[in-house]
Amino acid sequence: MYDVTIIGGGVCGTAIAMYLSKYDIKCCLLEKDNDIAIGTTRANSGIVHAGYDPEPDTLMARLNVRGCELIEDLVEIMNIPYKKVGSMVIAFDENDEDHLRELYERGIANGVRGMELLDKEQLLEREPNLSPDVTGALYAPSAGVVNPWRLCIAMAEIAAKNGVEVFLDSEVTAIEKINGAFKITAGNKEYDTRYIINAAGLFSDRIAELVGAKDFEIRPSKGQYYLLDKTSNWLVNSVIFQCPTEKGKGVLVSPTAEGNIIVGPNAESGNERDDVSTTREGLDFVAQEAAKTTKLIDYRENIRSFAGLRANSDKRDFIIGESALCRHFINVAGIKSPGLSSAPAIGEYVIEILEDCGLIMSKKEDWTYPEPHICFADLTDEEKEELCKRDSKYGNVICRCNLVTEGEIFKVLDTYYVKPRTLDGIKRRTGSSMGRCQGGFCGVRIHEILCKYYNIEPETVLWDRNGSYIVAGKVGEKND
Amino acid sequence: MKKMTKHDIVVIGAGPAGMAAALAAYEAGVKDILVLERDCEAGGILNQCIHNGFGLHRFGEELSGPEYAGKYIDMLKDTSVQIQLGTTVLNIENKIVSAVSSKNGFEQIEAKSIILAMGCRERNRGPISVPGDRGRGVFTAGAAQRYLNIEGYLVGKRIVILGSGDIGLIMARRMTLEGAKVLAVAEIMPFTNGLSRNVAQCLEDFDIPLYLSHTVTNVIGKNKLEGIEISQVDEKMKPIKGTEKRFDCDTLLLSVGLVPENELTRTANIELDPRTKGATVGEDMQTSESGVFACGNVLHVHDLVDYVSAESERAGKSAANYVLNGKSEVSNTTLVSNGMNVSYTVPQRINKDNVEKSVDIFFRVRKKMRLGEIRVESEGEKIASFKREFLAPAEMEKITIPKVLLDKAQGNLTVTAIEVEDAQ
Repeated sequence: MYDVTIIGGGVCGTAIAMYLSKYDIKCCLLEKDNDIAIGTTRANSGIVHAGYDPEPDTLMARLNVRGCELIEDLVEIMNIPYKKVGSMVIAFDENDEDHLRELYERGIANGVRGMELLDKEQLLEREPNLSPDVTGALYAPSAGVVNPWRLCIAMAEIAAKNGVEVFLDSEVTAIEKINGAFKITAGNKEYDTRYIINAAGLFSDRIAELVGAKDFEIRPSKGQYYLLDKTSNWLVNSVIFQCPTEKGKGVLVSPTAEGNIIVGPNAESGNERDDVSTTREGLDFVAQEAAKTTKLIDYRENIRSFAGLRANSDKRDFIIGESALCRHFINVAGIKSPGLSSAPAIGEYVIEILEDCGLIMSKKEDWTYPEPHICFADLTDEEKEELCKRDSKYGNVICRCNLVTEGEIFKVLDTYYVKPRTLDGIKRRTGSSMGRCQGGFCGVRIHEILCKYYNIEPETVLWDRNGSYIVAGKVGEKND
Repeated sequence: MKKMTKHDIVVIGAGPAGMAAALAAYEAGVKDILVLERDCEAGGILNQCIHNGFGLHRFGEELSGPEYAGKYIDMLKDTSVQIQLGTTVLNIENKIVSAVSSKNGFEQIEAKSIILAMGCRERNRGPISVPGDRGRGVFTAGAAQRYLNIEGYLVGKRIVILGSGDIGLIMARRMTLEGAKVLAVAEIMPFTNGLSRNVAQCLEDFDIPLYLSHTVTNVIGKNKLEGIEISQVDEKMKPIKGTEKRFDCDTLLLSVGLVPENELTRTANIELDPRTKGATVGEDMQTSESGVFACGNVLHVHDLVDYVSAESERAGKSAANYVLNGKSEVSNTTLVSNGMNVSYTVPQRINKDNVEKSVDIFFRVRKKMRLGEIRVESEGEKIASFKREFLAPAEMEKITIPKVLLDKAQGNLTVTAIEVEDAQ
């Protein structure tokens, strides 16, 4: 019998797992896909919002500001790509400027520190490549950019190192209530548990439905993006938002934590929960909106277009708390923006909720962080030299665009608790295949490493989700 | 303490360009040459090009890619040139090359002269922004070629190819011969981007349909590719609604151009030409940094390896001259630029004092011409003119300007191409 079972291995599920791992309870996490961080977590803007957007007294306001602080600690300890670049909300007319003042006031109410209202000159001094039509900006120095899936993976590693069991390929298909506890069927196995945390993201209303407690609805909203090569990094220094509208925070132009430039997203409703296709219209809209911010974006420098789905709901705020319809079933749902920024604070908050529900937990004494990630490219010459001496695999560069070495890939395979079995799994943990060649050169070499490491045939290796086989067969084999 | 070794010439890349440059530098009298190669074998992309057609100009015989590379590997064996494999260069600063390898770990190498020969890479789905699902099955033609010819695996059985670049054409034939069905080749331009001989031998001979003025407008398949849709494009290359054709396929190969790989060149703060995406060079292949030379596909994308070798030999010779005789005075520089219907020129500058008999200028035209006049002008005055038949953007052209004509030029040079009406 588990004390707590978390459904969903995104940034919320793993944050909750991380906090639960600090306590002396039996806990597991069920993920339907073959890896964690594979839904909304892997396709979003990667912004750590300062916290002036949400209305005061909402969960979003409180958890955003607290999450922002917690992320800063985590990225330091676990060596997660993060840059505190600050953010600008830019204005183009008096209406917008009124809006900026409103945001500023809201920021003050939410406890955001260090904000400044900039005039045109001050703004263009910091961001010289913006459109000359700008009239001013709200500057928030505490905003940052983080690699969202690396944050998620790091939290999963912390959780798993400290005893949380992570089960992949474990889609929850049934939940039975027996004697005040639950029996979960997932991936043809059964899990008995006293508490359930529903952190199933885009599918969280369906999980709630399984216990007859669907009192909210997920309304996916698709956003499409361009990701530009690092050669475009001169474009902007901070996250540049336009004034938010009814539809959301609008199209942003921002550096990423790795030093690329991200442009997007649009907002499309009425999508299927697994539709992450890009469209000509969607991408053209993004380009057209971004042109208001700056006219200098060169889309020939685009290395990848992608789309992600926001797990928006029919409620205005995050849905976090014990379900009114099912005891000991705790929803963490409708986690829209600023969900990424809030994630660690959500984890912290769920502990309070569990305690309020009556779960008695005592802190572990032997809780520790796993070893932080090694990023060869970021090391000084001396550190590189030292590391190569310790392990010659660090001298073998596999991904030439992002300078990821064989040493880093083996470090992941040998020491990570949630082990990747796919090429994208390696990519999400090491940054390989994320550069300008998008795996054109290194894909085949990582494929080979996975075959050797797991002792499997090349035909069985997956690029990403189940079914995404890379090769169709050996040369010379009979064709159908 | 960091390891710091010294060499007269360091060549970066042991593909056809690097090897030809190293050999030429050796033959010109420099014995201490180190070639750094990131792969575990010398030869570069030639190793996966197992079709023939290489070497007609350079060796007077038709060779496969590995055979062509093998000739250079053999020639270098008899020299003191060292090729260090499995070594990735991290950056170049003030002629100090930082590199890593499993064998030596992190090391720094000080060179009197450096030859950049890193080659190019394929453009992928990003820059052309093909919309649709993200199902697995979209490969660059070169990646599929590597899987097939080196690893021994077919990436798919039903194939559509976007782009009619040479690698795509070669792969259309190669995958057909291995039992895959190539359903179509779509090319956004109204003409093919590959060599005419490849269109004939790789598509026409196998009845593979070529859709000119078409592009991929949708990719279907959430986890694994299931199909793609192509549409005709108008003269502004915008898809025309109602012309969509769907193909059920498991693979989309992209052959949509090559880009010189100049990340290291950037770390060295060497001037790049936005037209070629390679360094700007003089007639001696010297870049904006004295003693640093560039050649092959890192400089501009070539169609034939034979021309890569020839260009690289010039770079090798010049590097040797630099090491043996020191810096040449840059005194008499003439800039070369592209005029009407010409997309770029290499070299971008000529030091007339260095030209003995003549100088070669390489360029590409912007459009197809049955008959064209290539005109070299200086300050509005024509100094040379060349007639060429069957000009096409896909085929690199060369003109040779004799020194006597070059000396007549008062100022900088402009190369233009003018379509000539048929004589009849």
